Amino acid sequence: MFHVKQFDVVVVGGGHAGVEAAHAAHRLGLSTALITKSKYDLGVMSCNPAIGGLGKGHLVREIDALDGLMARVADRSTIQHRLLNRSKGPAVRGPRAQIDRSVFRQEMASEIAKAGNISVIEGEVLDIIEENGRICGVNVAKLGDIRATSTIITTGTFLGGKIFVGREVVFGGRMGQTSSKALSDRFRGLGLGVGRLKTGTPPRLNSRTINWDALSRQEGDTHPEFLSFMTRKTSLPQIACGVTATNDLTHEIIRNNLHLSAMYGGDIEGVGPRYCPSIEDKVSRFADKSEHQVFLEPEGLNDDTVYPNGISTSLPVDIQESYVRSIRGLEQVEILQPGYAIEYDFLDPKSLEPTLEHSELKGLYFAGQINGTTGYEEAAAQGLVAGLNAGLAAKELPGLSFDRSSSYIGVMIDDLVSRGVTEPYRMFTSRAEFRLKLRIDNADQRLTEIGYSIGCVSEDRWAHYSTKKGRIAAGYHILSRRGFTSHELERVGFSVKHDGQKRTPFELLSLPGVDLADVVKLVESNEIAEFEPSILEQLAIEARYAHLLHRQESEVEALAKDQNLTIPLDFDYERLSGLSNEVKSKLKAHEPKTIAHAARLEGITPAALTRIVIELRRVELSRAHVG
Amino acid sequence: MDTIFALSTPPGKAGVAIVRVSGPKAFDAAEKLAGGVPEPRYASLKKIRSLSGALIDEGLIIAFPKGMSFTGENVVEFQVHGSNSVVTLLQAELAKLDGFRHARNGEFTRRALENGRLDLTQVEGLADLIEAETTAQHAQAMSSFLGRFSEKAEAWRAEFVQISALLAVMIDFSDEDVPSDVIPVVIPQLANIRYEISAELDGVSVAERIRDGFEVAIVGEPNVGKSTLLNYIARREASIISDIPGTTRDVIEVRVDLRGLPITFLDTAGIRESSDPIEAMGVSRAIARAERADLRIFLVNGGESFVVERKPGDIVVGSKRDLGSDRAFAISGLSGEGVDELLSEISDILIDRVGLGGLATRTRHYNALKSCRDAIDEALRYLELGESSVDLAAEEVRSAVYALEELLGRVDVEEMLGKIFSSFCIGK
Repeated sequence: MFHVKQFDVVVVGGGHAGVEAAHAAHRLGLSTALITKSKYDLGVMSCNPAIGGLGKGHLVREIDALDGLMARVADRSTIQHRLLNRSKGPAVRGPRAQIDRSVFRQEMASEIAKAGNISVIEGEVLDIIEENGRICGVNVAKLGDIRATSTIITTGTFLGGKIFVGREVVFGGRMGQTSSKALSDRFRGLGLGVGRLKTGTPPRLNSRTINWDALSRQEGDTHPEFLSFMTRKTSLPQIACGVTATNDLTHEIIRNNLHLSAMYGGDIEGVGPRYCPSIEDKVSRFADKSEHQVFLEPEGLNDDTVYPNGISTSLPVDIQESYVRSIRGLEQVEILQPGYAIEYDFLDPKSLEPTLEHSELKGLYFAGQINGTTGYEEAAAQGLVAGLNAGLAAKELPGLSFDRSSSYIGVMIDDLVSRGVTEPYRMFTSRAEFRLKLRIDNADQRLTEIGYSIGCVSEDRWAHYSTKKGRIAAGYHILSRRGFTSHELERVGFSVKHDGQKRTPFELLSLPGVDLADVVKLVESNEIAEFEPSILEQLAIEARYAHLLHRQESEVEALAKDQNLTIPLDFDYERLSGLSNEVKSKLKAHEPKTIAHAARLEGITPAALTRIVIELRRVELSRAHVG
Repeated sequence: MDTIFALSTPPGKAGVAIVRVSGPKAFDAAEKLAGGVPEPRYASLKKIRSLSGALIDEGLIIAFPKGMSFTGENVVEFQVHGSNSVVTLLQAELAKLDGFRHARNGEFTRRALENGRLDLTQVEGLADLIEAETTAQHAQAMSSFLGRFSEKAEAWRAEFVQISALLAVMIDFSDEDVPSDVIPVVIPQLANIRYEISAELDGVSVAERIRDGFEVAIVGEPNVGKSTLLNYIARREASIISDIPGTTRDVIEVRVDLRGLPITFLDTAGIRESSDPIEAMGVSRAIARAERADLRIFLVNGGESFVVERKPGDIVVGSKRDLGSDRAFAISGLSGEGVDELLSEISDILIDRVGLGGLATRTRHYNALKSCRDAIDEALRYLELGESSVDLAAEEVRSAVYALEELLGRVDVEEMLGKIFSSFCIGK
């Protein structure tokens, strides 16, 4: 039983967004309550047993740069590390970790326990407390009111959650758990824009019944790229995954039973993600493909559960069994838990500020899947943003907003609050226009200093970061202090243009075909050879993108300016007769909050933007005139 | 912040043309092209040379320092002789300077606005002006002048969305998710756009049209006096650029320079009923040509019956004034009566229609196409290096699209992702 009923920050929900939010508030030195239905489910991974990947790995690194939990907890529970897109250029690589589910849960629980000022409270939240237009805590069944300066809602798929296995429906936010109907009704009552989304999972398989010998294997990397900047070694033994594929028979079984699928039977009104299609979707939309890959991912070292990645489904249990058993290696397989589709409520994130605070209900923050996103990493990143801002607000300090030009977190938050969501939002590398700058290797250089200045970064990490920063500066100095003529370079085997330009070793690194070893040879002293490979590698990455980053600077500047030009909600686009009707209706439908948001809409030209800017200024000046 | 430049006086032949440069590096322009920055706010006569030293013109240079200029930034004004070639050469040199680019539509104004240099009256005036200009551009896009071009731009846009989507597949998904190499598909697509843009740049369309300017069709019944009028215009105007007989017998073209605007007059002599199938085909071509022209002069003598559709702004004028016409506005191609009035009416309408930015728009399009092509070249170079450089190639494609944004409008990432999900089955 707990006694304090007044906290600085209260977090509702103990998923990836919730734990990250609570821990961020804790790092700011605030008393925090984390209310969850079950103490044993903190940071539980209800879908695939992996963290990171393309775009998502960037988010995890950024969370880590701000000293968040996800990366370090994941590194300690990883049973397979892989760096995706290794062959495709450093800016678009993403580290992915296969996780031991139960170790992850234990590690997460111990992180939360270690944080002295987080009180974990078990209970069901029935309502939020509103006083004078401010939200100041929540009402919990059997426990009564728990009051806080800032309240963060991270209820994931539990609001109005409905689970479908074939045509059977149960209410719940995750298999075997009840959904939160009371809170859902309350949000609807408040007039918060509520919509429906859906997502699905595959059946879980018993590892002992899989014929592993018949399958090809996918091993992890020999030299792992960890998720956290602070991790030095693996904690657990590493495993391989199995690879198999669907076949004509599988497809035939699915096609013949499509009408029994919840997704196809019309029972689900929510919109599903296009990028994570169910096997029903794949078979019907890509009918010409004779097979689809299936990755068999063990869920842990001491766990017989296997997650077959690539065949999420909402077909009835017996059909699931027969199509799964048509797959090579799975002929005798036992299904431990059937696949299911889940449909849930989300709130329109357009009603949120970039701090994730609701724009009308002050003191109330939303983070995670409830904002229409999908994925642990997206949820955790929002939890971090909401936790930091809720904490800063509780300390009466200005909020922290993240920029599109300096983090993937910023890209995601900006996308959410400016455009809202029509399908579950997932991070993609291509969503970041400045992706050459937003890399996994420099997430700390982009964010750790900000984190340290607001107080959410530990001294330990700060010292580690400061050393790295110093080494990079020193390395850059050595590589840039002397330029070489084309003749000098030719003598040692480089082929460069004879344009009278001198080139520094750093500049040479940006040329295709020039690698680190060649350049290190060129620098006469041994100093550079003594540098840590990771520092040299990062310098090479900087060099690779230097000219393009330079070119983007004016674009970054223009964006910053456009972000400061806010468009009032009642702005009358009809007045602007210079704009085409198509452009006008697009602007009216999207209600961009700033010129920067308007600029990202399809088909908007710079001339149209200028016209809007002028109109804004005209309105502003004529008001001043009258006033 | 880029330094921007543009012609800020009406286009065409005039006593003086002013090219304005604004931005942090504006003074570099005076330094590098006019041999030095004159004392602020004093006009100074300088020789203007290209970067390679060739003389472009002699003109007045005025430098306005930051805080004391129209935009609030460093500004340099080049007041040169009002000839198209001087202005074009000067702008070409400016474009070569580091950090310089052609101003986008309304960009000077926007900078002035942002730097708080405009009061309410000025802002209201500008709002009207820009509105008029965007409306005019819209009208232009509908006319023959840019109609074909905007169709092309639409096609490029669709192709760019496709190309961006293909490259995004490579960087958004790993090989295990989408096991296909798209580079061999992207290269020919990019090469194709590059080919078409080059064709535009090399004069097949945009550049040719910068030279050609406007088309004005003279239409009317046979023997109404079309050829007489055309001959009169051709004889009278000292500045005839050339006089090309129609490549077919359907249309005769005469190019003249009217108050600085290059105009091609079309005599659609061939428009008449015909039973000869080949001639009939020619006639329908002539009608189409006349309808596509920027402006039509309907010469009438007696009743009005138009084979060619009459559009807003078109001029109807009586012919054979020397023989007595029943119309208030009439001309005679024989005596020249009324022709001056007609010509000034034509140039008024066209100058109006093109707005202040007409020729500037075309130069801007030309420059945008050029940066686009440069970016495509870079992208192709990276793609040849294989998938290890796909991140760089994707950035160059993004930059190519950015260059064309003024013509195409923004290409949205959602549209591109939509393309991916409809064309690829993502493995996981």
